[in-house]
Amino acid sequence: MRTSAISARVMTGGEAAAEAMRQIDPDVVPVYPITPQTPIIQGFAKFVADGRARAEIVNVESEHSAMSAAIGSALAGARTITATSSQGLALMAEVVYIAAAMRAPVVMALGNRALSGPINIHCDHSDSMLVRDSGAIQLFAENAQEAYDLMVMAPRIAEHPDVLLPVLVCQDGFTITHSAEPVVLLADGAARRFVGDYRIPHPLLEVSTPTTQGPFAMPDYYYELRHQQVAAMAAALSVFDEVAEAFEHISGRRYHSIEPYELEDADRALVCLGSTGGTVKDVVDELRAQGERVGLLEVRAFRPLPVDRIRAALRFVPWVAVLDRADSPGGRPPLYAELLATLHRTDAHVQSYVYGLGGRELHPDDIAGVFARMSQERLEPEYVGLREAECPV
Amino acid sequence: MPELTSWRDLPVGGVVSPDETVQPRTGGWRTGLKPEADLSACVNCLLCWLYCPDSAVRLDGTTFTGFDESLCKGCELCAVVCPTGAIRMVPDED
Repeated sequence: MRTSAISARVMTGGEAAAEAMRQIDPDVVPVYPITPQTPIIQGFAKFVADGRARAEIVNVESEHSAMSAAIGSALAGARTITATSSQGLALMAEVVYIAAAMRAPVVMALGNRALSGPINIHCDHSDSMLVRDSGAIQLFAENAQEAYDLMVMAPRIAEHPDVLLPVLVCQDGFTITHSAEPVVLLADGAARRFVGDYRIPHPLLEVSTPTTQGPFAMPDYYYELRHQQVAAMAAALSVFDEVAEAFEHISGRRYHSIEPYELEDADRALVCLGSTGGTVKDVVDELRAQGERVGLLEVRAFRPLPVDRIRAALRFVPWVAVLDRADSPGGRPPLYAELLATLHRTDAHVQSYVYGLGGRELHPDDIAGVFARMSQERLEPEYVGLREAECPV
Repeated sequence: MPELTSWRDLPVGGVVSPDETVQPRTGGWRTGLKPEADLSACVNCLLCWLYCPDSAVRLDGTTFTGFDESLCKGCELCAVVCPTGAIRMVPDED
């Protein structure tokens, strides 16, 4: 494995994201603190205070302002990163849509946390799902290493001329943001060269070519401008691969928009986002050692969702259980709904399991329990770990 | 953009460049009053130019020369911000 890595250090996902930001050395960081994202901006602010990063940190009065300032600076011609969680992302939400529509390539570090209420600071994916349709790219890390690597990759994906969309690098609150583990960092110069200079097609401060940006659009143009985001998302899938390949050259670590794990001969597979994938891999290893044909499909790119690849990866798997760390009261959990649509007219039996809301633990035994139960038809979602559930753990 | 364009041909994000736009002649919106300048009282501070929402203040370089009536909506902002009273609103005979 060719690698220019200089060191493995024990650090949390939050610290790893801050290190990535230091190496990227963005121009502007408009940000408002919120648990569990705070270690990211706290770590980065220390780098700036110590003279190890040069960014202009804008201490705004809210996340709505943070995201608004991020659009302004990204379109002015400054590489811009922000970070948030939960209510912060909720407050940003209307501006995230505008960032995508104005094609502002803002990188956003997200510490996934349950939306209120009740108020809660722990992990689930309801905040990500709130901006599911915003036009922002969402990449989910499984651990601190991935949180770091995806942060380094994010600017090149966001700023690619065929993409020009915000990129959320999602790491599970506390499970990743606050848990220390060994992380291999790139050399500063290698990371800096990898992200390169910031270039966008129409910097607002380029006064020799003045532009109007974010104009009003009537029914005759709104639809077309929205549809441009569909095309940009489609392009983002191949751009992700390009950037991942370049990243492999400097790191030795290769990322894909989905990560199939032991799927070749699997008769049962789980599908999930984020840190849960790591736990599932352990359970898969244990069950495989006992001769069970189980596997995992980890979805790294939730937006754009690589539907063709998911379909191909699961084409021989008869039983598919989708683990959702978010729910949609009165509807179907979001990842499950995606998988149902993706696997439409295949032979797969697709089932829904909701888990982990508000930081509720998901233990290896819970996962083994899902594998044990999923070989019979289930049409309604099950709620893993919920007291008095139909299938108690 | 004179004709309706497909999403493939639109500028990314709907960015508009000056040569792509039709400049509306907003002078027809006036309802009775138009600005008139007394150049002898003008100190060339260009506040009227800064405040005018319709690019109706004409300059020669950085020197105030008068108004473009085909663009002036008659909003009176220039007359309000003028610090020397050099601009006043007069009946619009057009």
